[in-house]
Amino acid sequence: MSEAKPRSLLYLDNVSVSFDGFKALNALSFVIAPGELRAIIGPNGAGKTTMMDIITGKTRPDEGEVFFEDSIDLTTKDEADIARLGIGRKFQKPTVFESHTIWDNLELALNRKRGTFATLFYSRPKEDGARIDEILETVRLTARRNELAANLSHGQKQWLEIGMLLAQEPKLLLVDEPVAGMTDAETAETAILLKEIAKTRAVVVVEHDMGFIRDLDVRVTCLAEGSVLAEGSLDFVSNDPRVIENYLGR
Amino acid sequence: MHRAFKIFTLLACLILIFPISESQSQQDIRLGINSLSKGGFSQVADKVAQLSRTGDIKLVPVFEALAEGNLYTRKADEIVFMGKEGGNVLHLTDAVTGAPAGEGTKVDFERIKVNNNLRRAVRTAIGALTLLSPDREVRFQAANSVFSSPSEDALELLESAIQSERDVIVKTVMEQARAAALVKSDRSVAEKRAAVKILSQRGDRNALAILSATQTSAEGELRTDIDNAIKELQTAQALWDAGQNVWYGLSLGSVLLLAAIGLAITFGVMGIINMAHGEMVMLGAYTTFIVQEIIRSSYPGLFDWSLIIALPIAFGVTGLIGLIIERGIIRFLYGRPLETLLATWGVSLMLQQGVRSIFGPSNREVGNPSWMSGGFELGGMTLTYNRMWIVVFSAGVFVMLLFLLKRSRFGLQMRAVTQNRRMASSMGIKTPWVDAFTFALGSGIAGIAGVALSQIDNVSPNLGQSYIIDSFMVVVFGGVGNLWGTLVGALSLGIVNKLLEPYTGAVLGKILILVLIILFIQRRPRGLFALKGRAVET
Amino acid sequence: MITAFLFKSLDRSILIFVAIILAIGCIVPMLNLLVPADSMFHIPTYVVSLFGKYLTYALLALSLDLVWGFCGILSLGHAAFFALGGYAMGMYLVRQIGSRGVYGNPLLPDFMVFLSWKEMPWFWYGFDHFWFAALMVLAVPGVLAFVFGWLAFRSRVTGVYLSIITQAMTYALLLAFFRNEMGFGGNNGLTDFKDLLGFNIQSQGMRTSLFAVSAIALAMALLICSAIVRSKFGKVLVGLRDAESRTRFLGYRPENYKLMTFTVSAMMAGVAGALYVPQVGIINPGEFAPANSIEVVIWTAVGGRGTLIGPVIGATLVNFGKSIFTAQFPEIWLFALGALFIATTLFLPKGIVGTIQQTLRSGKDRKNAETMERLHAAEDVKKGVEVTLKPLAAE
Repeated sequence: MSEAKPRSLLYLDNVSVSFDGFKALNALSFVIAPGELRAIIGPNGAGKTTMMDIITGKTRPDEGEVFFEDSIDLTTKDEADIARLGIGRKFQKPTVFESHTIWDNLELALNRKRGTFATLFYSRPKEDGARIDEILETVRLTARRNELAANLSHGQKQWLEIGMLLAQEPKLLLVDEPVAGMTDAETAETAILLKEIAKTRAVVVVEHDMGFIRDLDVRVTCLAEGSVLAEGSLDFVSNDPRVIENYLGR
Repeated sequence: MHRAFKIFTLLACLILIFPISESQSQQDIRLGINSLSKGGFSQVADKVAQLSRTGDIKLVPVFEALAEGNLYTRKADEIVFMGKEGGNVLHLTDAVTGAPAGEGTKVDFERIKVNNNLRRAVRTAIGALTLLSPDREVRFQAANSVFSSPSEDALELLESAIQSERDVIVKTVMEQARAAALVKSDRSVAEKRAAVKILSQRGDRNALAILSATQTSAEGELRTDIDNAIKELQTAQALWDAGQNVWYGLSLGSVLLLAAIGLAITFGVMGIINMAHGEMVMLGAYTTFIVQEIIRSSYPGLFDWSLIIALPIAFGVTGLIGLIIERGIIRFLYGRPLETLLATWGVSLMLQQGVRSIFGPSNREVGNPSWMSGGFELGGMTLTYNRMWIVVFSAGVFVMLLFLLKRSRFGLQMRAVTQNRRMASSMGIKTPWVDAFTFALGSGIAGIAGVALSQIDNVSPNLGQSYIIDSFMVVVFGGVGNLWGTLVGALSLGIVNKLLEPYTGAVLGKILILVLIILFIQRRPRGLFALKGRAVET
Repeated sequence: MITAFLFKSLDRSILIFVAIILAIGCIVPMLNLLVPADSMFHIPTYVVSLFGKYLTYALLALSLDLVWGFCGILSLGHAAFFALGGYAMGMYLVRQIGSRGVYGNPLLPDFMVFLSWKEMPWFWYGFDHFWFAALMVLAVPGVLAFVFGWLAFRSRVTGVYLSIITQAMTYALLLAFFRNEMGFGGNNGLTDFKDLLGFNIQSQGMRTSLFAVSAIALAMALLICSAIVRSKFGKVLVGLRDAESRTRFLGYRPENYKLMTFTVSAMMAGVAGALYVPQVGIINPGEFAPANSIEVVIWTAVGGRGTLIGPVIGATLVNFGKSIFTAQFPEIWLFALGALFIATTLFLPKGIVGTIQQTLRSGKDRKNAETMERLHAAEDVKKGVEVTLKPLAAE
């Protein structure tokens, strides 16, 4: 079974969840194929963040199925389990360890044993150091490796976080608004970086910035009121009358 | 001996019906009183019972003097006087007429000694005598006191009193007293069964005690009657006991509510725990003390108003101190809730020591106004006025706060800040201002809680410390951001505590509650009534 | 593996500090035992005991620093672990009294005779042996912390809520230990100790030995703490203090990390309590008072949390101050302590050591920044030269 290539990497079917009577997700279903790069758009309150919460185990769905690699039921696992399965998540607000150096941030993110005793007696082998150097190059932070993460600019923190996700070596990367608050140049570079990353793994990007999504040039899913409104190429989706009415038109 | 009783009784009835000439009865009584100085305790007790059958109310002060050891015999002529000691002399009062009878030197007199048995007999006699008083209140008291220590001797007097009694309530008590005396007597089984019925109708702890005492000696139908009555009474008593405990719990719960509600507000809005909250309660209590001192020395007539006067003053004083603490310390510590906890703890230490330096470490006397003292009976429960008023008061405070939060502009702003500080701030709400006044409000409420608590607790510098942990428990149990949570938390903790107490004792009960709360927090880390949704996460 | 682990703790400042503590642990007993009493260098035995007490307080503060400074858990119940360790030691010391008690009962401690108990409760078995008591000094606080932490951290109780329930825990223990029925001497606690390991507990030799042992325990604890916080484990701890959800989404289980740290810390507090009791000669339920736990927090805060060295200095300074104040001006002590709480949180949030470290580091940073700037400037000059040269070359 481990040899068989899974048909879907992530499979959501009929997922619903509500908070105090407010339906955040309403029978949401969609599928991500292995290695796919997917963009998700939608108005505020469409359920984009809640969807990520469900996939990463932060929120439990009221009903519906969530499967990873066809067979692993994510609704029974907690955040740490899901992260170890190979799902990485980038938050809307850049979340890095501010009182650690950039190097330490990446070391903590490396996909190694995460048990208490394993970390207590961990001493860094050469290949781990090499891997961290490699990632530092990728996210263009080599020069600042020994500085505290707190001293980074907003954009650099976003990149550090992406670097940490790379270190985690996930099969699926969930990225929430990666270019919010970035300059145009940074945005363009981020698009290149994400496309690079998507070559080796599946990436789901939630974003408002239509220009950025055009740069990515991928399949787009539009969410509204907790379910899928339209799915397809950006041109196809942005010509859908319901999408225009619900999201773009306003 | 027994016949002599009957004759006396007849005499007593005659006295009631046909008043005999004063001098004649007076002489008999004087003889009787003088004879009290002779014989052992039990003989004197018999004589007291005999005398009481005359039904002469004038005997009451004599008996009272006897019970208190103020009855003396003049050694020279063996005449008995009531006397009051004053140094070496006795101030004498004539036992029959009650007129002053000069003074005498102590050595010429001998005190008539009493022991507990005799004292009890005297009390019964006094009870029986006063049954005939023209004053309704006196008769009522007398009937009650006869009931609580029933004696066969009082039986006939009771019966005659019942006949002449017009007041329904007094009559009922008299009948109950008669029944209590009767079940012990040697009257017929039929009469006793009727008496058991009357007693079981009364249905309180005393009736139960009387029935239990006669249970073993009874036989046949009477025994079955008594057994049934006892069973019935016990069930009823258990219910009343549970009711009483719920009442105690309610009263404890409202005390907790008063102490915790201010804490809940500051915690809910500002996300910080004010460790000096207990000291605000303490300062409120000391404010009451000062107000009462001023009233005592300058306007003693206003004493009954002292609490009502103290309320706004305590609110003002503690509210102002709260405002100073917020502006002076807490506002510099936003976003560091744990450090606020430490800083307010420092404030609490200083306030405690300050009060200790000014008022001394010992308890201060805060008086109860007349409307706060005493109590009343409700079925098998005793409700004291001070507890009752505190329940009413905390309910009042709760309703007012609810109103303030839901209906006023300030309340709206407070709720907005609770739910989403950043959004509230960008809507133009001055969040620092809201914080400052929320803190002042919370402190002020602690102050008025102190006014109430001064009525039931010792006013000492440690007053606050004894409430602070309980208040925390209420807040974490009830959940934040919702006054109803605090209400439910306080009342349920109070009631559970008092219901546990009879089985576990006070200390173990409290430990159990703490353990239960610790376990409860594992299940619901944000309390009973937690806010849900996105805002909470951050 | 263990040596490699401890080797990592060899941070230079910690190492120097540990050496100082060990030196004090040697020199003070020597000044007491070897120097004649009339010499100005002689340290009287009561001073040795007093400072021995400070050392145990320092160990307690250090244990709190491990959970508060590095894990972000403000425990308001650490005095409970301290007291439990103290009780375990106290029970051993009580058993050593034997038949020398007031009632002369060879089988039962005095307070049990007083309560007219016929036999010893089961939980007193084993405390005749020092090794058992020593085991319990670690096990009792450790197990309590483990169970408590397992419940609390698993359900993600954090922040102020956690602080309050730790306070509730110590308060519940306070009430429980006040009860005579608990079998720990009730209100009076355990006292009138005679011997420890067969030596008179009042003797000069024992006093100085206890001082030396306390110093060694503190030094060991510093090394262990340092090794923990410098390992990857320690980095995870700081990570979850700053951004718990990030560690979670990286695949770590914060609850396990917190639980382990909390348990280790509680055991350290237990050892501190066990060393404290023979030096002060009594343990009673008052040690569980919530106010005590909060006082430990201020020692840690004054010295500087998250620095390991800070709490040791803070505990010693504050308690030294307390000894002086309560002897000279008892009225003022609570004012001073209260003011210390406020002043530390307002003006010295990083504590003494934290502030010094920050000043040193910013000095170093400035120097670094200056060298970097000079380098950049040099590069710019080079670039500038190139820029100016290029057009020339083009021409």
